[in-house]
Amino acid sequence: MARPLGADDRPFDADGLVVPPAGPGEAIGSGVAFARWWRRFARNPGAVFGLIVFLTMVAMAVFAPLIAPFDPIAQGVGKPLEGPSLAHWAGTDSFGRDITSRIIYGARVALIVGIVSVFLAMVIGVTLGLISGYYGGLVDVVIMRVMDGLFAFPIIILAIAMMAVMGFGVRNVIIAVAVGFIAPFARVTRGDVLAVKEEPYIEAARLGGVRSLTIIFRHVLPNVLAPIIVQGALRVSGAIITESGLSFLGLGPPPPTPAWGRMIAEGQTFIVMAPHIATIPGIALMVAIVALNLLGDGLRDTLDPRMRR
Amino acid sequence: MAPTDAEPVLDVRGLTVEFSSEGGVLRAVDDVSFQVGRGEIVGLVGESGAGKSLTSEAILRLIRCPPGRVTGEVWFRGKNLLTLDEGALAEIRGKDIAMIFQNPGASLNPVFRVGDQMLEAMAVHLPEPRAALRERVTEILGRVGIPSPRARARDYPHQFSGGMAQRVMIGMGISCVPSLLIADEPTTALDVTIQAQVLALIRRLAREMGVAVLLVSHDLGIISQMCHRVLVMYAGRVVEAASVASVFRAPAHPYTRGLIDCLPRLDGNGRLGAIAGTMPGLAALPAGCRFHPRCPIAEPRCGVETPALRPLRAGHLAACHLAEAS
Amino acid sequence: MTGPSPLLEVEGLVKHFPVRAHPLAALSPRAVRRVVHAVDDVSFTVDPGETLGLVGESGCGKTTTGRLVLRAIEPTRGRIVFEGEDITALPASRLLPFRRKAQIVFQDPYSSLNPRMTVGAMVGEPLRTHRIARGAEAAARVRELLDMVGLSAEYAQRYPHELSGGQRQRVGIARALAAGPRLVVADEAVSALDVSVRAQILNLLVDLRERLGLAYLFVSHDLGVIRFVSHRVAVMYLGRLAEVAPADELFKQPLHPYTQALLAAIPAVGDGTTSIFDNPARLLEGELPNPIDLPRGCRFASRCPHRMAHCDEVEPALREAAPGHAVACHLYTEGGTT
Repeated sequence: MARPLGADDRPFDADGLVVPPAGPGEAIGSGVAFARWWRRFARNPGAVFGLIVFLTMVAMAVFAPLIAPFDPIAQGVGKPLEGPSLAHWAGTDSFGRDITSRIIYGARVALIVGIVSVFLAMVIGVTLGLISGYYGGLVDVVIMRVMDGLFAFPIIILAIAMMAVMGFGVRNVIIAVAVGFIAPFARVTRGDVLAVKEEPYIEAARLGGVRSLTIIFRHVLPNVLAPIIVQGALRVSGAIITESGLSFLGLGPPPPTPAWGRMIAEGQTFIVMAPHIATIPGIALMVAIVALNLLGDGLRDTLDPRMRR
Repeated sequence: MAPTDAEPVLDVRGLTVEFSSEGGVLRAVDDVSFQVGRGEIVGLVGESGAGKSLTSEAILRLIRCPPGRVTGEVWFRGKNLLTLDEGALAEIRGKDIAMIFQNPGASLNPVFRVGDQMLEAMAVHLPEPRAALRERVTEILGRVGIPSPRARARDYPHQFSGGMAQRVMIGMGISCVPSLLIADEPTTALDVTIQAQVLALIRRLAREMGVAVLLVSHDLGIISQMCHRVLVMYAGRVVEAASVASVFRAPAHPYTRGLIDCLPRLDGNGRLGAIAGTMPGLAALPAGCRFHPRCPIAEPRCGVETPALRPLRAGHLAACHLAEAS
Repeated sequence: MTGPSPLLEVEGLVKHFPVRAHPLAALSPRAVRRVVHAVDDVSFTVDPGETLGLVGESGCGKTTTGRLVLRAIEPTRGRIVFEGEDITALPASRLLPFRRKAQIVFQDPYSSLNPRMTVGAMVGEPLRTHRIARGAEAAARVRELLDMVGLSAEYAQRYPHELSGGQRQRVGIARALAAGPRLVVADEAVSALDVSVRAQILNLLVDLRERLGLAYLFVSHDLGVIRFVSHRVAVMYLGRLAEVAPADELFKQPLHPYTQALLAAIPAVGDGTTSIFDNPARLLEGELPNPIDLPRGCRFASRCPHRMAHCDEVEPALREAAPGHAVACHLYTEGGTT
């Protein structure tokens, strides 16, 4: 029967009001709210680590031509199958290509596929979720059953099937991965929309004569955005894993474009005598995934209002 | 009118509740003292943020420390509740001191039958055999006005309406014949006619069973009809303490006067008196008298010196520099 | 009644909510479709500039009535006539002009404002929706509205979580007034506020009414508030009107036994010598009957101290017992004691 107070560290502000966490719009738009959000975010070492790694990856991808010591597809820049050395920090592969440079350029593929495919999936999935959740009825049923169908397929199988039809190439990888991720976004969005649309402020908008589409995008969307962004951050790592899996299977961007997954595949043959060829891309992949997940967790802890209880 | 024994059932002295937060230490309850005698109903009235609920929770040590910190003395039948060990406190809670909250549904476990919950609560404190306790459950449910008590004891909480559930809570509270009942906004969620029944029941408990009652409410009407004495709280402090008759006949503190003027009366119109501004948050308390920024008769001295709670006439205390003693 | 034609006329308004039956019960051949009789045959008018208080306890149907009047929910039966036009069955696409002239203020200041929108955006939206003003003109009008409700212009940039309950309620009022309505439904608009803030907002609502010639349908369970703000009062019980009268008269001479019991149960500030709670004889016994399975005769009969045999048979109709004072009780129609 006892209700312990002070169970969460909710801060009091000048009016004695409890201040809820800033939403993404305010966090970015208002300087003070952003500073407050950053303070909370920065308290989580894992999240900060994730952010640093992510930013490093982005830097690697963007400045690849400047940072990479060698041309990643140039063969014979070093003796083949050489382990890590001062000249080649990560060693060379069977074609004598510098692995460090290939890792750096590989980050490009990973990030592009990861971010673009998730972004695409988000736009489509969120729109479907908004419509499905707000209008309900037959529209909702139809959309959700289609989503259920998509959910049934493991993403890798789906991607393989699509690429078998569409052919290879980065663009098709992006589309395949994006399709696989539409369903989770739609479902998460719809769930939150169902809750938000019952709130009095939505009814106020309806009674104010605001049109449904306007309500959906102007009133509902900003209030469901936080969990969607968190989902997005978390899904990027999943997209990168999927891309790596595809390129491991030989379905990714065609050679000689460096892709971590294919580098691992290529290194399989030499796993005994030159383990670094497979292991180092594997480590890079692992670090990237862990970092992105930590970043996603950190964002969820600071942005998702439901977690604040 | 209020039956008093020499020894008060509850004697609170200098109760203070502080919370540590990002902005420093916030004092949510500041040096509150009062007594409740046998069969007496004492009211704690104030608006939200005044600290009245925290006061009642602090008395029963329901506040998690840290981040809270409770100091002062709470004497109950010769023991200081704040220094008692957990075991002894658990003995007293539920048996000698009963507490009912605003939302009865939240205090009842939805997956157990009501009669069973009451039984378990009693079995903890009373050594009687279960069959005898079952009889008591039926008797108590009847006493609090629940029709067909034997059948209703086998119902689940969701089958009770708000008013009935609150009566069940009162039933649970009195099942072990407590000396003190703490009721925190017990009828806020209830309809007016049901509220009247529940409050009449509490009145009867005090009158017939001598239960001392601490009633926390924001509703001045309830306070005036229920209580013998009342303490008005503002921003964590008691600003006025007196018998109900005295307070409503001649309120001494400007906040109390303002609060009374705010009430729409059933016998007239005219503009409602209103108090400008809002109660300050704990992190931004004004210097001196906490009410002075909103006070219609504030003087420069009020912003500098915090007024102490001083007796103006017999049994009537007020914390105001400008209150007149008579 | 002479004078200007009524702003709002409600005739025979009915709202039944279907009760979702237990799936297995629906299979039974004797399954009867049960409904919650939320609003049952309610009729009243509101004149321009008039405040009609709708009062009753939980489940009486007052909130539902307020929603029906605004077509926020669809009536099961009945007519709603606003400014002489029957809006009961208008399709959503043709309701926009009505939406401009009839607005709502909600009970909960915390959930009635969009947490992700600034005050200025929310108050200004009706101006866009109804194409009243844009750009700088709209911004000026927003400032005017904020000023009208007692908030300085800087509040336009704030978010709801930065405001106190009273301030949020003022924003809600400003939003309701933005398009220049003639009728405002106040749905327990002050019930969630502290006493001193409540008084401020009530004063504000009365001031605005004088200034703008607004009519209010004021829904509340608090008789003190209703008394203060209403010209006429309608008391509801279990979906029906029990009594309708001018405010003064209702409180001085309540006719319906339910109204009398309600007034007797209100803890008004007394002098501390006696307590209404020590006199259980005047207090109402029992609980409200189930709004699904209603008794046959008068819905109040089970708790009525003046219950007669007739009351269990026939439901009393709302009839005028004195000029402008209508009551639904057999005591006043069968020549019973008054």
